[in-house]
Amino acid sequence: MLATETVIFVSLCYIGALFAIAYYGDKRADSGSSIISNPYIYALSLAVYCTAWTFYGSVGRAASAGPAFLTIYLGPTLMATLGWLILKKVVRISKVHRITSIADFIGSRYGKSMTLGGVVTVIAVLGIIPYISLQLKAISSSFLLIHQYPSLEPLSYPAGIGIWSDTTFYVALLLAVFATLFGTRNLEATERHEGLVAAIALESMVKLVAFLAVGIFVTFFICDGLADLGERAMASVELRQLLTLPENTGAYSSWAAHIFLSMMAIVFLPRQFQVMVVENVNETHLNKAIWLFPLYLVAINLFVLPVAFAGMLSFGHSGLDADMFLLTLPMANKQVFLTLLVFIGGMSAATGMVIVETVALSTMICNDLVMPLLLHMPSLKLAQRSDLSGILLTIRRMGIIFVLLMGYAYFHYAGEYYTLVSIGLVSFAAVAQFAPSLLIGIFWKRGTRTGALLGLLAGFSIWFYTLFLPSLAGAGLIPQDFLEHGPFGIALLKPFELFGLDVFDHITHAVFWSMLANVSFYLAGSLFSRPSALEHTQAAMFVDVYRYVGRVHDSSLWRGTAYLPDLVSMLERFLGKERTEAALDNYAMAYGINRDQSLTRDPGLVNHIEKLLAGAIGAASARVMVASVVKEEPLGIDEVMDILNETRQAIIYSHELERATAELRAANQRLQELDRLKDEFISTVSHELRTPLTAIRSLAEILHDYPETTPERQQEFAGIIIRETRRLTRLITQVLDFQKMEMGRLRWTIASVDLKEVLEEAVSATGQLVAEKNIRMRLHLPDAPQRIYGDRDQLIQAMVNLISNAVKFCQPETGRIDVRLAADEKGATVSVADNGIGISEADQRHIFDRFHQVMDPARGRPAGTGLGLSITRRIIRHHKGELTVKSQLGKGATFSFFLPWKGLPASATDETSG
Amino acid sequence: MTGDKLAAGRLIGLFLLGVLLFNFPLLYLFNRPALYLGIPVLYFYLFAVWLMIIFFMLLISRYKSDKSLPDKNE
Repeated sequence: MLATETVIFVSLCYIGALFAIAYYGDKRADSGSSIISNPYIYALSLAVYCTAWTFYGSVGRAASAGPAFLTIYLGPTLMATLGWLILKKVVRISKVHRITSIADFIGSRYGKSMTLGGVVTVIAVLGIIPYISLQLKAISSSFLLIHQYPSLEPLSYPAGIGIWSDTTFYVALLLAVFATLFGTRNLEATERHEGLVAAIALESMVKLVAFLAVGIFVTFFICDGLADLGERAMASVELRQLLTLPENTGAYSSWAAHIFLSMMAIVFLPRQFQVMVVENVNETHLNKAIWLFPLYLVAINLFVLPVAFAGMLSFGHSGLDADMFLLTLPMANKQVFLTLLVFIGGMSAATGMVIVETVALSTMICNDLVMPLLLHMPSLKLAQRSDLSGILLTIRRMGIIFVLLMGYAYFHYAGEYYTLVSIGLVSFAAVAQFAPSLLIGIFWKRGTRTGALLGLLAGFSIWFYTLFLPSLAGAGLIPQDFLEHGPFGIALLKPFELFGLDVFDHITHAVFWSMLANVSFYLAGSLFSRPSALEHTQAAMFVDVYRYVGRVHDSSLWRGTAYLPDLVSMLERFLGKERTEAALDNYAMAYGINRDQSLTRDPGLVNHIEKLLAGAIGAASARVMVASVVKEEPLGIDEVMDILNETRQAIIYSHELERATAELRAANQRLQELDRLKDEFISTVSHELRTPLTAIRSLAEILHDYPETTPERQQEFAGIIIRETRRLTRLITQVLDFQKMEMGRLRWTIASVDLKEVLEEAVSATGQLVAEKNIRMRLHLPDAPQRIYGDRDQLIQAMVNLISNAVKFCQPETGRIDVRLAADEKGATVSVADNGIGISEADQRHIFDRFHQVMDPARGRPAGTGLGLSITRRIIRHHKGELTVKSQLGKGATFSFFLPWKGLPASATDETSG
Repeated sequence: MTGDKLAAGRLIGLFLLGVLLFNFPLLYLFNRPALYLGIPVLYFYLFAVWLMIIFFMLLISRYKSDKSLPDKNE
């Protein structure tokens, strides 16, 4: 016999044991030696994923739809393989930013947005309510069944049962008490609950052991092993269908959609986020947990199908609910102990889920919905209250009770519409709406608050319309008509066949449309909106979390002053005196900050305090709280400009550096080039000097050694000696002139000069040179004198240079040189044209450079000193003119210069160089 | 860090493999009402792939933790 009293007594003992574990866990946590800090406990706590839905519902699902129940567990396994990429990053971000819930996470990512946090909270609460009602249903059903022991009657819920006589209502109240005691026991309002996690891990063990025990019993004691069950299933027409997926078009898409949903659920269900992310003690635990947790899932699913088959074979069409086969099979075989174990296991699964889920939801309700609203009501003067942790705890307890009562209400009014499994999937579809803004948000900086808000609202609206509303309609709360014909008879808007899409089942249909809307709105909203400065910072901090760890200062965009005592007392109100002192001392030690100062402008410190606070009340609320104490100077246009300027300065500076380097390099090159030219010049000059000197010496030696030489010969030799000496003199004069010009020591004597005279003078000075080569030179002059201000001697020198240059490149006998002077109202143009060998284009560019020498193709060596043209150009430039050359190889060259009438002023007698 | 990146890459590969093996059309090949070693073929296939993926995850994460420094808090 199994008396109801026994059941209740055992249950109470079990719950007492859980409390003991939780208490012990909290104590150990306080003393610093955590019992949950190992990957095995962590993996077991993740198994809070397996609720009463898994425990009882999987069998029911397998009995009605075959392999489809497995999708709920394959998804998490696939997600675990992405643990390194996604989970680790989410955990790291949450640790750095002291995230307390999924609403906090999404709100923080998009600029600590209160609106987003609130929206996420509302979606989570509405989405999870059906799921909670499912647990209530499971517990009350199992209790009602075990209550009848040993008789087995199908349960029937009498229509219109009063709330006060409904077991489920009392179950809800009991669970509310449990959850309040477990989750909000501590007066300290912090995000972590080590004792709770320890208890959850134990519950995971219990439900696994219970399931395996029944599975082994059913498979090997009631039946003759797996093979026997397999044979019997093959023999039955009804059971044969359950071995495969149905052969219709929708089967595989449903399969894939459900795997996708469960992948999302393992991260985004508030309770999963709580145990996996918030309660995570050490990131490295993920390494082991990513394979331990899927292993747990395999284990708990091993006997689902055997139990389902055994149940169907044993009970046939007795009307017993397949969802409860796990309990009814041991009952039918009079196994008292096993029955009790299953009941406890089922209770573990349901209570574990309800406790963690309501704690997570109440944290969200408190931190992301109620607190921000209260803090924004100045009339409450909440920021000035001294005992805030009391308020926090009250809000959280109310939150837990609210969620459970809502769960009960849903069960009471609408719970019968969906089967166990469908209800769970409805919740999965709701939390999957968080996926785009969270998953894309941690990899893509461009995602903005507007995008996230639009995406969430769009996806959630579709979920609400295609899954939640129909359940209310099915329960008769709104007209049924709406399901069959669409609202107002618009067939295109039928909630299960939106826009005529009728190839999917309800869940897949809702997932498709809601995710499509969610992702599209998220991307479009992000691309067409501008993020604020804070959003920018937060986005970078989240996406590049690995890069910023260790030097976290997301406060570079913050300016303000705060009184340290104000900040400290605010922190004490939430964290308690001891923890506040410890936290601040740590920070002061690490960053060398004077704790005694009363006024702080240190953004790092304020930021640190905000984070500490965020751990207790969430990022959005913490920001509001800190802002109430800190005199924050909004980031003015000046600060922004300062920040921009700093960056710009750095860029400009580096550009300048680059340019300076380039200039230096160029200067260096020029110096080297000049050095080379100078060397060449010296060798050229010495060569030029030596040639005539050699000639002179040898001729002089002949005259000296052979006095008998004929007088004609002597005359001839003397002539050569004179000519060569003249050449030497000219060379030396040029070098000296050039030197003077270079050093800027040439004396310019400026006076009124007649250019006609200058030209005539120059022609006569070079007459001898021209005559020697038998070249015809003609002078074309205007009639009137052309007067300008200038240095007569230098101008003559310039003309002599040009003419002797022309002579040098003209062929003897056939050479012709034309010297021209033309005048107009602006100035005079002088040109010297020859019909010599001409100058190549490449040479034209360089001929005016110092030391540049055009190679004489005939002689194979430079034809001059390389100074003549350079000197000439300097002279012309000094007279504000410009010397140019026009030439073609083989067709002669024309050098010309233009001198303006208004060139030099009359008194410009100076020593400057050109 | 390189060990981490290597492991991450391998796990992503494992994820893609899992997506492939758990879905149409490979799933279709095993969608037959038959028994293999007394176990329905589809279930046998799914559990086998499932365990294989877990085994690979174990190998990859072990390989990684061998190569990097021992965990401090364990």
